[in-house]
Amino acid sequence: MNPENTENLKKTPLCGACLEAGGKMVDFHGWFLPVQFDSILAEHKAVREAAGMFDVSHMGQIWVEGKDTWKFLQYVNTNIIKRTQFKGTYSHIVNEKGYIIDDAISFALATDKYLVIVNAACIDKDVAWFYKNAAGFDVKITNDSDNWGMIALQGPKAIEYASALIPDVKEMARFTIKEIGLFGAQGYVTRTGYTGEDGVEIMLPPRAIVHLWDELKAAGVKPCGLGARDVLRLEAGYLLNGVDATGKQTPYEANCGWVVKLDKDYFIGQDALSAQKVKGMERRLTGFVLTSPGVPREGCKIFKEGKEIGVVTSGTFSPLFKGIAMGYADTDLQEGDTVEIEIHGRLISAKKVKTPFYQNRV
Amino acid sequence: MHTAENSKYAKTHEWAYMDNGVVTVGISEYAQQEIGDIVFVDLPKIGTAVQAGQNCCVIESVKSASEIYAPVSGEIVEVNEAVNADPAVVNRAAHGDGWLFKIKAAKPEEYDGLLDLKAYKETLDK
Repeated sequence: MNPENTENLKKTPLCGACLEAGGKMVDFHGWFLPVQFDSILAEHKAVREAAGMFDVSHMGQIWVEGKDTWKFLQYVNTNIIKRTQFKGTYSHIVNEKGYIIDDAISFALATDKYLVIVNAACIDKDVAWFYKNAAGFDVKITNDSDNWGMIALQGPKAIEYASALIPDVKEMARFTIKEIGLFGAQGYVTRTGYTGEDGVEIMLPPRAIVHLWDELKAAGVKPCGLGARDVLRLEAGYLLNGVDATGKQTPYEANCGWVVKLDKDYFIGQDALSAQKVKGMERRLTGFVLTSPGVPREGCKIFKEGKEIGVVTSGTFSPLFKGIAMGYADTDLQEGDTVEIEIHGRLISAKKVKTPFYQNRV
Repeated sequence: MHTAENSKYAKTHEWAYMDNGVVTVGISEYAQQEIGDIVFVDLPKIGTAVQAGQNCCVIESVKSASEIYAPVSGEIVEVNEAVNADPAVVNRAAHGDGWLFKIKAAKPEEYDGLLDLKAYKETLDK
């Protein structure tokens, strides 16, 4: 990448460490981040078989505090937000039409204090949405994103590596958070990730996060970039907001109906989602595996018996399954149905499958 | 045998090596590094007529698809089947066993108009 063009890009505290590790840097939604260090396939293999680490410092941290914290989060989320201390809840934040604004995890640190982790590209939008809808709630909303570095340590050996620094991480359940002190700084560890493997995500202030990166690297954890991250998350069937949801789809359409709890107290988007639940929908995010060689990409059209029935939103080459894709397609498709995906002007056969493509041992 | 030194180059990062009027085509070492892990190559069909500069092959890596252009006009007379079984050979040996296809040149003078290694490298420095 031309260094002249990087001046306006936002840098994470790990930018220097990534460059030092040989990171091939790109502009990712205005962030200067590594797409790969070694090879995407080698990084993918490290995460599936051992452990890899990702700089995810660009992700957003929003604090919601005050007496009405839980009530407010219930109001802006489709899922039931867990109240048990240290538990996290994955949910969608939708608008009045039920369209996805972002997907986020809300962690309960106290009854009046939650940490909400959101997508980097949505931080400003989410904060504005929270402010706009906070009227009548006794809450304080703080965007703390610039003050934290974050590393996602992922893979079957991730917990072993993390335990060397944070001894009781082994006892943490999936989707929980814990306060930690590391390298003279206070931070948080969550047992979460975006790869389909077990692992943790560790939040620390800038100086300490660099220290953590160096320690993990010295211990043998492989630095991994956005390229491997995209293959891993797609194999795991995880939605990428901005790509698989573009502000025009509901959680039902995004095949995430499980995050919508229509029975809870009123929340934004409830009416629209209730109506869709009754009426049904035309297209849904669907998984496909190519049965002939090729690599499907975003924008490829999907055909069945000559009729266009959908479009790919995410596609890649998976070392485990070859060509895989997710795309919005007619809801009457059945599992195992054969379709054709148009790649470079040629129709390549594929079949509908259930996602996730990859089911891990977590 | 074709090497980086005795081949000619197109600005679009293909190398070409002519022997008895047949031009072997591959991608440069620089191109394979930029493209990254090659996972699939959509080779042209034997017998296809191509024009110099025409897109006739697609290389897929994990992160992107790259079009490959014919450096000279002519007919595709051979493709490297080994690439189908092991696309990564293009990464490992871009100038050797990772060649892609051969064109029977219709206008051999087009070959003379391609860049030599030194001139090609100069285009990369820009």
